[in-house]
Amino acid sequence: MTKYSLPDTNYTTQKIMKYTAPTKEGYFGKFGGKFVPEILIPALEELEIAYEESLNDPLFQKEYHDLLKEYVGRPTKLTYANRLTDHYGKGKIYFKREDLCHTGAHKINNAIGQLLLARNMGKTRIIAETGAGQHGVATATACAKFGFDCVIYMGAEDMERQKLNVDRMRLLGAEVRSVTSGSQTLKDATNEAIRDWVTNVENTFYIIGSVVGPHPYPVMTRNFHRVIGEETKEQLKHAEGRLPDYLVACVGGGSNAIGFFYPFIEDEDVKMIGIEAAGLGADTDQTAATLTIGTPGVLHGSLSYLLHDTEGQVQLAHSISAGLDYPGIGPEHSYLFDTKRVHYFGITDQQAMDAVKRVSETEGIIPAIETAHAFAYLETLMPLTQKDEIVVVNCSGRGDKDMKTISEWFS
Amino acid sequence: MITTQKSRVSSLFEQRKDNSKIMSLFITAGYPDLGSTVDLILGFEKNGADIIELGMPFSDPLADGPTIQYASNVAISNGITMKKIFEMVKEVRKSSEIPIILMGYINPIMRYGMEEFCRDAAECGADGLILPDLPPEESTIISESAKKYNLDIIYLVAPNSTDARMKKVDDLSSGFVYCVSVTGVTGARKGEEVAKSVDRFIGRVNQYVTKNPKLVGFGIKNHEDAKLIAKQVDGFIVGSALIDTIRKNYPNNDWMQNVLSFVNELKYGTKET
Repeated sequence: MTKYSLPDTNYTTQKIMKYTAPTKEGYFGKFGGKFVPEILIPALEELEIAYEESLNDPLFQKEYHDLLKEYVGRPTKLTYANRLTDHYGKGKIYFKREDLCHTGAHKINNAIGQLLLARNMGKTRIIAETGAGQHGVATATACAKFGFDCVIYMGAEDMERQKLNVDRMRLLGAEVRSVTSGSQTLKDATNEAIRDWVTNVENTFYIIGSVVGPHPYPVMTRNFHRVIGEETKEQLKHAEGRLPDYLVACVGGGSNAIGFFYPFIEDEDVKMIGIEAAGLGADTDQTAATLTIGTPGVLHGSLSYLLHDTEGQVQLAHSISAGLDYPGIGPEHSYLFDTKRVHYFGITDQQAMDAVKRVSETEGIIPAIETAHAFAYLETLMPLTQKDEIVVVNCSGRGDKDMKTISEWFS
Repeated sequence: MITTQKSRVSSLFEQRKDNSKIMSLFITAGYPDLGSTVDLILGFEKNGADIIELGMPFSDPLADGPTIQYASNVAISNGITMKKIFEMVKEVRKSSEIPIILMGYINPIMRYGMEEFCRDAAECGADGLILPDLPPEESTIISESAKKYNLDIIYLVAPNSTDARMKKVDDLSSGFVYCVSVTGVTGARKGEEVAKSVDRFIGRVNQYVTKNPKLVGFGIKNHEDAKLIAKQVDGFIVGSALIDTIRKNYPNNDWMQNVLSFVNELKYGTKET
């Protein structure tokens, strides 16, 4: 129950003076690694070298940051949520507006970065998995912009839930392949993408959409998203002259949260909270609250917390949001959870949908259902804050794609 | 008792005659039903199998094609567990000394406990492990336990493995080295296509994998494929084609006979029987 109780007012975080994870083998504490078939080892080694080189390549960095500025629309705004702040009558609430990124979510930061790497490595074909469709749309967009062949794997159930995004991907020229195995959602789409990669490893680059997968994907994807936290720090310094007290972000695989949190990890006074999808409740079998009820295991190439039964068979996750119903989580989140540097809580479908409505009505922003999980936690957090405290929520994506689900829920 | 187990695989290769190939057959434990696995293994042996690779089903077999995905799902629905797999091996050991290699993904093993898994696997009479998502980089999590209980760990090499990598795999492996004939997932392919590209790969394998015997697998579906593809190595592995045959025949009355005659032809060919 401790993971579900309200955070006490002496909310403590473990002091981390110097944060250097991961190791060169790709380990965040005991989590991470490269649990992949032999065929993928040369591809990962090649990627590691290309990625390392890109970090010290001024041309690559300039091209990437120019694209973020001129194409993605960065820096995204930091918006003061005055009516939501008044609603709680406690600390000040800001939104980091990743929903304003081109394509409607943070995912494009990473898709562009990985695509530039793919191009520099001479790959000609791009594949990706997608859950909510945001990563698929971001990847299809980047491929259109650079003229690459693009195949997106998407669970059949998700294609139904996120039809708008399927249409967008197709319009952008991508081939969307329906995945009908297993739960027909993100987990199975990822399996299929990996099988494609194993088969076409010579010419194909796999753009993974979250901070999951084998090393170097978790660290690479984090670093393509760290711009979220870096901008937040700068913008809040300008607006308030100081660091925030709380950061709140939703976590499926965990890419928007890691990008948001990472630049603040060494700032020990900044408390960070990751919000998992509890589905119908973390005490039911219809949940995606990996850290709340999972145990360590290996899925999709890395060791991390996982929802699996006593035989080690991976369980189907449930959430109303297609982007969060993943039975695993990025290995860095597992590490930050175990070290207590970040605290994690579960939010149910009901709580998230209530938050969609609340934020739409008070701030004129329709958030993605994924993002609404983070907003829902304000109900718990805000009453515990002081008037002079500052809470920043990562508004990771906009809700247009969810209008069908939202309308059905409230009708 | 434990010390005699390791010799099952190595003595098999020592006794191999130059003109015969070792045939290793993969079957998913609990497929097509829990009761048939032991009978299938014993029947395979009578019809020419030299090694059994017993698949431990996993919900997310990302190195496998549709055939083995299907068999894994059926076996999981049938209620297969690690304990039941060990019971099957124990049952086979009552009447057979055929080498049995347990093949599966790392997560179910991790969940069981590495040390406990190796102990129980050895105790029931298994000889080794093939773990397709555990490359040498990550193998330290289980290699000590495997060594303690005399279980061979068989690593894989693929056409895109570098020369240095092949040497490393050879150093770490015991029992044999598994040569993946093509880049891709498991499953039937056209034998001629595999054979075309496999020669250069096997040439390199023979140059850099020198300590261990070599078996080649992926894409072999009949005796002719096997002869062609395994020409330059010690033997061959068949999995998906065997499961496809079971799937085609089960649960007809004569399914078992049909599967066993497929196995017999796989080893000896139709003309030679």
